[in-house]
Amino acid sequence: MATTTHPKYPYIRVFLGLAALTAVEVGVAGLALNPTLRVVGLLSLAIIKALLVALFYMHLRYDHRLLSIVGGIPFVLAIFMLILLLLDRMMVM
Amino acid sequence: MSDVPSTTGHQHLTPVWQGIQTPKFAVWLFLASEIMFFTGLIVAYLNLRTNSHDWPVAAELLSVPLVATNTFILIGSSVTMVLAFDAADRGKHRRAAYLLLATAILGTLFVSIQAYEWSELMREGIRVSTNLFGSTFYTLTGFHGSHVAIGVIWILAVALKAFRGGYNRNPLGIELVGLYWHFVDVVWIFLFTIIYLI
Repeated sequence: MATTTHPKYPYIRVFLGLAALTAVEVGVAGLALNPTLRVVGLLSLAIIKALLVALFYMHLRYDHRLLSIVGGIPFVLAIFMLILLLLDRMMVM
Repeated sequence: MSDVPSTTGHQHLTPVWQGIQTPKFAVWLFLASEIMFFTGLIVAYLNLRTNSHDWPVAAELLSVPLVATNTFILIGSSVTMVLAFDAADRGKHRRAAYLLLATAILGTLFVSIQAYEWSELMREGIRVSTNLFGSTFYTLTGFHGSHVAIGVIWILAVALKAFRGGYNRNPLGIELVGLYWHFVDVVWIFLFTIIYLI
């Protein structure tokens, strides 16, 4: 049996962070905020949660950088597409 | 085949390319294609929603507390999954197998609650062909739910192998199913925000 060399990752702390951010999201959704501010705020919280999962649970923070590029490029393109869509809607409105 | 150390410190026979175990690289390529698949669905949903004048208010139609609970369940299953891999990596194979089983149970619970939510919506007359909301809602949550269901089956297979000691020398199989499971969690993080909260 091989021995483990990696550090103890903060899995439980990340879980508590994800749970807290989800609670904040539900709270923010119930507030009567400016619609644009609400959408930007909620999407930002979702992006932070997704990054926490990718960096710590999927080990991108510790793993080979090429894997971050493989997973990161479509993720960045997805966010770019969402921003374009939102900007387009704001221009129409 | 090369005899190289894995990222987790284990010595085992796994094909390696550019210092990355090729099965792991393959799973990441698959996940990259999945990101694009779900992006297409989400952008189509948002485009249809923003161009529609009679889109229902999510909080009035959907049970946000129920789905928020389901979100906590899926996040919880992600932590049991990563702890399963961590346990296997540290040589605690029995513990890893039980944590995998716990992950599968939480995944099953998620799908069950989603099925209940669907049945309630259908009882209220909202079906896939009722309107644009119904079509896009069932498509998005349905594709995600089927990914969860496939994940549960995969995790159960891995858990069974773990109970038989199949990962005692190399926990890569647990890491691969974990990557898929965490990806499913990430997709839900966005779906929950976009469908239920915005």
